[in-house]
Amino acid sequence: MAKSAAPDPSTTATDPSGSVPQTLRRTALFEAHKAAGARPVPFAGYEMPLQYSGIMAEHNATRESAGLFDVSHMGQMAVTGAGAADWLERLTPSSIANLPEGRARYSVLTNEAGGAVDDLIITRFADRFGLVVNGARKEVVADHFSAHAMAGVEFTFLDRALIALQGPKAEAVLQPHTAVDLAALSFMEAVQGEAFGVPATIARSGYTGEDGFELSLPNEAAPDAWRTLTADERVTPVGLGARDTLRLEAGLCLYGQDLDETISPLEAGLSFILPKRRREEGGFLGAERILREWADGPARRRIGLAVDGRVPVRAGAEVFLGEDRVGVVTSGGVGPTVGAPIAFALLERAAADAAEAGAALTARVRGKTIAVRPSPLPFVPARVKRKGNP
Amino acid sequence: MRHYTKDHEWIEVAGDVATVGITDHAQEQLGDITYVELPEVGRAVAKGDAFAVVESVKAASDVYAPLAGEVAEINPALDENPHLVNEAAEADGWFVKIKVSGAIDDADLMDASAYKALLATLD
Repeated sequence: MAKSAAPDPSTTATDPSGSVPQTLRRTALFEAHKAAGARPVPFAGYEMPLQYSGIMAEHNATRESAGLFDVSHMGQMAVTGAGAADWLERLTPSSIANLPEGRARYSVLTNEAGGAVDDLIITRFADRFGLVVNGARKEVVADHFSAHAMAGVEFTFLDRALIALQGPKAEAVLQPHTAVDLAALSFMEAVQGEAFGVPATIARSGYTGEDGFELSLPNEAAPDAWRTLTADERVTPVGLGARDTLRLEAGLCLYGQDLDETISPLEAGLSFILPKRRREEGGFLGAERILREWADGPARRRIGLAVDGRVPVRAGAEVFLGEDRVGVVTSGGVGPTVGAPIAFALLERAAADAAEAGAALTARVRGKTIAVRPSPLPFVPARVKRKGNP
Repeated sequence: MRHYTKDHEWIEVAGDVATVGITDHAQEQLGDITYVELPEVGRAVAKGDAFAVVESVKAASDVYAPLAGEVAEINPALDENPHLVNEAAEADGWFVKIKVSGAIDDADLMDASAYKALLATLD
């Protein structure tokens, strides 16, 4: 009963590397999680809560009311210097020069080969750019930044807590605890202000497809903020398990599964990060491959899969078009809101095209053949809030 | 009499038929169960065979045969309602009935109090 047939790095209960003891870090909220009965698991070098009340309940609470996530394992960085925007345009295919103050952008750090070093959020503040990178990629990102250093541009990690409040009731829950007018904040906007009586950065963003906020707080203030929010009956603490089902339904990539150093942003279906000016001018790492893929189409494409029946098709499952193996599932599981198994697969482009034109795809799970069908992404429509969008 | 295994299965023997399921502790560890893949009736299983798979929202987990024999019956209710394992793991959420071949090798089986003691060491 113990061995997992499909280990998932986000949900494996023991260190997958086996016997080598590893010192796990703890966020400022570790004691609060323990008190709430969370089951801790190793994740991104931290001891993080897998679940509190149960994945399904936490998932549904986020969709219906408000879920509270500790994402302090993520890397919060500041990039400063006169050339910072130019430098970030060298490291990503995004348009950073024209990013207005207070606006955030999802992007990908590309390598020379056009693969992804990490995916991240870049926000412009008055005096710096704020970056949020994946927890498991902090060291790699730091090395990558050092290898591509630019004179006059500096980067540093901020040792702060990061919590996310997500769901349709997030604004109503959070508003009494900050003087910032949350109604004036649109999706992918951020402000520096005060929340819970301490200096905080509040961004209207998240990883669930729901409206919501991400708050960067001083570590020492995080436990009080967490306790205050969880004391609100509309709020449910949410662990890594439901974080994964929510982002899967929302069609969002998980680095290490749907994106890695060999997968380009265009293969991962992230063409929206590459605006016209950058396509015309190039000048970012991996531009040769990425611009060729823009012109000719990428070799592979990430697509959504709806699964017939109830057998979940998980990461690693092979995908077939007729007898031909045409790709692999990169993320998969049961979507609690969808009410059925769902997945992302990275398929040869011709096979993805054929499947979308109606050719039958199958996936192999434990030697059995499971019928799967291309599905538009996201599986659950996003409900993020923009100005003038009540 | 009810026996337990270190892999968190329970066995209830009546005559030469053993009813097998996973323990309440196991279902709690697995979380919300969405699908249970059971063996076919008539299949011969050896002790230690991965003979069933539990799919939870979290992961897929193998279930190992706690004894040797032939699958005589599978729980039809689990197809319709796999969550029954979460609700009543050690009663209505049983997995299979196995017609036991020969004497039951109970050397590594535990009684309720020994299993409870094992659980106490896991916390």
